[in-house]
Amino acid sequence: MTAEAALRALLGGALIGVAAVIVLIANGRIAGISGVLGRALETDDDDGRPFRLGFLVALIATGVIGAQLLPNAFGANIAGTAQLAIGGALVGVGTTLGNGCTSGHGVCGISRGSKRSVVAVMVFMATAMVTATVRGAL
Amino acid sequence: MKPTTAAIAGVVFALGLMLSDMTSPGRIAAFLDLGGAWDPTLMFVMAGAIAVYAPFAWLARKRSRPLFARRFHWPEETAIDLPLVGGALVFGVGWGLSGLCPGPALVAAGTGRVETLVFVGAMITGIVAMRLLSVKRA
Repeated sequence: MTAEAALRALLGGALIGVAAVIVLIANGRIAGISGVLGRALETDDDDGRPFRLGFLVALIATGVIGAQLLPNAFGANIAGTAQLAIGGALVGVGTTLGNGCTSGHGVCGISRGSKRSVVAVMVFMATAMVTATVRGAL
Repeated sequence: MKPTTAAIAGVVFALGLMLSDMTSPGRIAAFLDLGGAWDPTLMFVMAGAIAVYAPFAWLARKRSRPLFARRFHWPEETAIDLPLVGGALVFGVGWGLSGLCPGPALVAAGTGRVETLVFVGAMITGIVAMRLLSVKRA
């Protein structure tokens, strides 16, 4: 890893932190993507709808514009359609059941010192590492 | 103000993921795959995000309400239970198979790549299915 890559990673992470701070201080909510997306899909949403839609539309729109302006920021996928379909389904089921993903448990939960989040991160890091290592060896 | 601050947060979140190369599944896979040339980028991203978020989360705990909402929506669950651990376990397998978690997947959907869109579609299907099941249970 080059010093430049490390610096970009720290700065990019800091930006993610800033975004999560805005969500907390302005809107009083946790910037967990799986939770924001899952609740946005519910029909009997609470008063969080303006926040959820504003956040998600901006997130996705930035990806659309970013893909045009900075295509190099989007490296190739590591697997074909079938494997990504299975992966996507498992990510959707797992984050809903476990109430969070890399942002909600990983960034926000660990920052708050949540025991649930610390356990969740240890479990999903472990199974992701086993899965990716086996996948890499095959 | 609510949708505006939410949209700003969505843009900043997506830019952070792009800057730190979390929108490249190969970068995630290189962190998770312990058998190959290990890439610590993801750890730096998490460290940058937590360093920024943790002090603000601590400060927010002392305030009674956020700037533009009636109250803070802090997660209320505290139990380390089977759904938490099982969900994290399943999420990790999906993440390890694909190199995509919810935030980067939504941003990378902007590339319009078919496999990425299939991942996002499967993820949303998984989320909706689990939410329907839990509604039935309750």
